[in-house]
Amino acid sequence: MKGTKWFALAAVAAIVAGALALTGCGSSTPAADTTPAKKAELSGSLTIAGSDTMINLAQAWSEKFMIDNPGVSVAVKGGGSGTGIAALINGTVDFADASRAIEPAEAASIKSKGGEAVTTVVGNDGIAIIVNSANKVEALTRDQLGRIYRGEIKNWKEVGGDDKPITLVSRDPSSGTYTFLKEKVVGKDKNYATSAKLLPSTQAIVDEVKSDKNAIGYIGLGYESASVKVVAIDGVKASVATVTDGSYLLSRPLNMISNGAPKAIAKAYVDWILSAAGQKIVKDQGFVPVTK
Amino acid sequence: MAFRRAAETVVRVLITTSGWTAIAVLAAITVFLILNARQAISVVGLTKMLTGKLWYPTSTPPLFGFLPYIVASLRATFVALLVAVPLGVAAAVYISEFAGRRTKEVAKTIIEFMAAVPSVVYGLLAVAVAGPLVKEIFNLTSGLTILTAGLALGVMAVPTIVSISEDALHAVPDELRQGSLALGNTRWQTVQKVIVPSAASGIFASVMLGLGRAIGETMVVLMAAGNTMTLTWSLISSGRPMTAVMAGEMGETVQGGLHYSALFVVGLTLFLITFVINLAADTVLERQRVRWRR
Repeated sequence: MKGTKWFALAAVAAIVAGALALTGCGSSTPAADTTPAKKAELSGSLTIAGSDTMINLAQAWSEKFMIDNPGVSVAVKGGGSGTGIAALINGTVDFADASRAIEPAEAASIKSKGGEAVTTVVGNDGIAIIVNSANKVEALTRDQLGRIYRGEIKNWKEVGGDDKPITLVSRDPSSGTYTFLKEKVVGKDKNYATSAKLLPSTQAIVDEVKSDKNAIGYIGLGYESASVKVVAIDGVKASVATVTDGSYLLSRPLNMISNGAPKAIAKAYVDWILSAAGQKIVKDQGFVPVTK
Repeated sequence: MAFRRAAETVVRVLITTSGWTAIAVLAAITVFLILNARQAISVVGLTKMLTGKLWYPTSTPPLFGFLPYIVASLRATFVALLVAVPLGVAAAVYISEFAGRRTKEVAKTIIEFMAAVPSVVYGLLAVAVAGPLVKEIFNLTSGLTILTAGLALGVMAVPTIVSISEDALHAVPDELRQGSLALGNTRWQTVQKVIVPSAASGIFASVMLGLGRAIGETMVVLMAAGNTMTLTWSLISSGRPMTAVMAGEMGETVQGGLHYSALFVVGLTLFLITFVINLAADTVLERQRVRWRR
C-alpha cells in the first residue's frame, strides 16, 4: 500500500517536473527566435495546386517557407497542370503549378472572369532519354529519337544496337511531359506510335525501363537513377550543367501561374522562391535553377 | 402514444427520403455524364468515337477513337472471368455444401476480408508478382500485359462471386437436398445435379456482378496493363482499358475542353455497360427470388 502511494507521488513529481521543463523551454524560445524574424512578420495562407512533376519541389518550398515564416501556411496539392489551372480559373487557389504553358482557352476563361493569367518561371526541367543499362546504344540524334517514337524505327539495330525490337515507353497524353516531347521531337502534326506504353507516372517509366531490356523512355532530370542509362541526344547528355548553359535540347520551364501579378504574401512567396534560398531547393530536388 | 406515432412518421419520412436520394443521385450522375459528354458527341460524333482506332487527344486535329480501349476492357474482363468464375463458384459450393460450420465461418470471414484489400495493393501485387511471372512464362520483354492485370482483377472479383453464389446456394430449399440424398445420391451428385442447377440463376447473377466489378476497376489496370493503344485480341500483349484512360488523363486536361468532354464519353460508355450488366444480374436474381417464394 505504502509502495503504491510513493509511486504515485513520484509519478506526479515527474509530470510536474516535465511540465516545468517544457514551459521553461517555451519561455526561452521567443528570446532565441527574435533574430530571424527581423523583417515585418508575414501572416496569412496560400493555396497552390497543379503539376505532378513539380509536386515534390512545391512541397519542399512550402515546408521551408513555413519554417522561416511561422505565421504563413502554404497548402500544396497535386492533380496535374490542368487541374491546377482549372482551380485557378475557379478562384480556389492562389497559384497553379504547371509544367506546360497555359493554353489560350484557359487564359481566355480567366480573362472572361475579369482576371489575367500571369506566369512566373520558377525553375527549369531537363527531359532525359533513358534506356536499359544493358543496351549498347549510347547516343541518338533528335531525328532518330523522333522516328523511334513515331514507330518508324522499330529495331535497335537500326540505331547501332542489338537486333531487338524497341519497346516504347511514354507518359499519358495529358501529361505536360508527353506534350513537350511531342512538340520537340515527335512532331507537332505527327503522333506517337500506337504501340507506345502510356504509363501513369514518371516512376513507372523508370521501373519499366529498368525491367525491360529493349525499352526506351523519357523522364524528368530529378528522377534519374543509376539503374537506367541516359542517352545523349545530338551529342549532349542531359544534366543540370547542360540544361543551365542551354546546350541540351530537351529542357522546359516550370511555371507558377497566378491571377494577376502576385501581391502581399503571394509576392513574398514568389520573390523568396526566386531568391538564392528558393533556387537552392530547386537544385536539391533535381531540377535546374533559373538564371537571371 | 402520440409521441410514438410521431417518431414513427419521422423515421418513415427519413427512410423514404434516403431511398429516393439514392435514385436521385443515380439520375444526377447520368445527367452530369451526358451534359459533359455532349460537346464531344456533337463535335466528333459518337460512331466515330466508338469505332475509331486512334486516340490522340492532344494532336492537331485531335483524334478521339477509343475502340482499342473498349476492346482492352473486354480483354481484361475476360481474363478476370477465367480466373474468378471457377475459383469463386467452387469456393461458394465448398463453403455452402461441404465445409463444417467452423471452417465455413473462417472461410467466409477471410473472403470478406479479400474484398476489403485496397485495389492499389492488388495493383502492386500484379506489377511485382504477376508481371515478372507472365514475362517469364510467355518469354515477353515486359510483364505489363492485359493478362497480368486480368489475373489481379480476377482475384478481386472472387469475393463478390463467392458471397452472392453462396447466398444463392444457401437459399435452395433443404427439401431438395434431403430428397436427393434420400434417393441414394451421393453428396457430390446432389450438389452437381440438384443444388447447383437450382441456384444457377443466382450464380449467374454473381458472375455478372463480379464482371461489373472487374470492368470498372481502375487502379489495377492503370498500374499493370501496360497502357498501349494497340487494337488486338491477344491476351499477352498490353492494352489500355477505358478506366485507365480516364484516370490517366483527367488530371491534366483543360477542364471544359473537347478532350475533357471526350473522357466523359468514355465514362458514359463504361457507365452504360456496367449499368446493363448490373440490371441483368438484378433481373435474374429477382426471378430466382420469386421462384423460391412459391
